Amino acid sequence: MTRRLLLLLPLVGFLVLGSFLYLGLSINPFERDSALMAREFPAFELATLGDPDQVVDESLLEGEVTLVNVWGEWCPTCKQEMPQLLDLAERGVRLVGVDYKDTRDKGRDFLDTYGNPFEINIFDPEGTLGFDLGVYGAPETFLVDRDGIIRYHHTGYITPVDVRETILPEVEKWR
Amino acid sequence: MALTRRLMLWLGFMSSLAFVLALLLPTPGLAASEVREFSDPVTEQRYRDLTATLRCPKCENQAIDDSESPIAGDMRERVYTQLQDGRSDKEIIDFMVERFGDYVLYNPRLEGRTLLLWGLPVALVLLGLLVVTLIVRARRHASARDLSAEERARLDALINRERTE
Repeated sequence: MTRRLLLLLPLVGFLVLGSFLYLGLSINPFERDSALMAREFPAFELATLGDPDQVVDESLLEGEVTLVNVWGEWCPTCKQEMPQLLDLAERGVRLVGVDYKDTRDKGRDFLDTYGNPFEINIFDPEGTLGFDLGVYGAPETFLVDRDGIIRYHHTGYITPVDVRETILPEVEKWR
Repeated sequence: MALTRRLMLWLGFMSSLAFVLALLLPTPGLAASEVREFSDPVTEQRYRDLTATLRCPKCENQAIDDSESPIAGDMRERVYTQLQDGRSDKEIIDFMVERFGDYVLYNPRLEGRTLLLWGLPVALVLLGLLVVTLIVRARRHASARDLSAEERARLDALINRERTE
């Protein structure tokens, strides 16, 4: 009898392996936590998009819960995301933009065309701040608490549903 | 005759093994198009190794030396400048993991939560060896031990008959 049962072992092994692989199919590899979660916003020293002479650093993010949105004129989904960001700004969320791998002219044109929800825009033409943030595509959004610690990270386009169901609750949570 | 057959078997086995090993060999990155200047071949080899083992965060299944994605280009650039600055391989890898997470490691580190990942294949091989040893042992003993006196007598008779014929 036990011998018979032993013959079932390969089948059991196959089923275990099969279910792991099946679960693997439904995992979205882009939904992974930022390596910077619960860490300080990286140090930087960059000019703003509006004024090349105005240099800002990470202290810009202290004192208030802030959404940092990494965008670029070259990024099509950033355009689709703008209405949601404008909505968030209207609801009183503080937004700071990072104009990533862009030119000043194009970045300014973008804001003229699609609206400007940002209190200020950090101009990052070389993508150095983006690199330190682990950004590998735009848009990406980071929620920074009043102590400058990254508390939430969203990869890709923020939908109106995301605004209601994740972004606003997260902002409230850290306020 | 037996020798040729054994030789053929051995040749067949070795060629299949070579084929499997060839499949496992990494293919050199083709997409990285920058021309890099290195002061010595050792640094150049380290650059090749590092860019072949760091995974592109944007493209899932490509190393950064094999990807045209802008972030892979940025990462190659950082690897290059940090090698020029005399940083060690570990420092460069830590620098990348700090920003992009464990995801960028094609060779996951050996630590608490990767123990299962690294340990399971070893454990399975050991388990397999144990099972095979047990089976072989059981068989070896079984043939001689489990004969009753009657069976032994019959066996002896058979062997003797063959010898005398």
